[in-house]
Amino acid sequence: MMSKMTLKTEGQTHIIVTRRFAAPPETVYRAHTDPKLIQKWLLGPEGWSMPVCVNEARPGGKFRYEWTNGKGGGFHITGEFVELEPYNRIVHVERMHLPDPTPDNHVETRFDPDGEGTLMTMRMTLPDAQTRAAMLATGMERGMEASYVRLEGMI
Amino acid sequence: MQSLDAAFAALADPTRRAILARLAKGEATVNELGKPFEMTQPAVSQHLKVLEDAGLIVRRVQGTKRPRRLANAGIEAMDQWLAMLRKALEKNYDRLDGVLAGIEKQKKGEK
Repeated sequence: MMSKMTLKTEGQTHIIVTRRFAAPPETVYRAHTDPKLIQKWLLGPEGWSMPVCVNEARPGGKFRYEWTNGKGGGFHITGEFVELEPYNRIVHVERMHLPDPTPDNHVETRFDPDGEGTLMTMRMTLPDAQTRAAMLATGMERGMEASYVRLEGMI
Repeated sequence: MQSLDAAFAALADPTRRAILARLAKGEATVNELGKPFEMTQPAVSQHLKVLEDAGLIVRRVQGTKRPRRLANAGIEAMDQWLAMLRKALEKNYDRLDGVLAGIEKQKKGEK
């Protein structure tokens, strides 16, 4: 199957997400590092947008993503790049601000050639099992968090 | 029968979801539940009350302690919650498929 995403836990502190894409690693890597491209897809549920997208894609560079639902709801993520190997691998550290910062999430994202396309493997490492459980429950990833804020608007 | 609204309202707070995640690993006292959040005991108790009222957790009497555990409704609500979060992440990648297709099309046009 082309597009099925997997999400699983590994050991006590890892979360692993995989997804196949029809484009080569170079294109998928660009879509993860070019702010203009990131703003087109890293949005969570319908109705959300990312008005602020700063991405200094170099070792030591910072990034900051801010989301809003246009109705006063919003949150942001900040992070730093540790390693970048174009177009194969990105290592970064990130935290969500809710508004208090969550514990640091260390993320390694690999883009491996897979036929004509790419197999992306995102491996997250949390400080401890408790943090991982909380993070999965809290919405761990970008758009995932947006759905909780959307839910707040619904109830 | 507790309403689904009450369950999801209780789940809308990140601290309460983290408390449920902790209870998913087993019974815990108020002190144990408060530790990772650096919250006062009254603050933790307030969150626990919301979760109890929503039917997501239950308490037991053990001497002076009142350990909490997940109710069946709590387990179901967490499952639904995670399925929803997963859907939002899938939505991102479906959108990315579209972005990638656009770039590839443009590249072919330039050749």
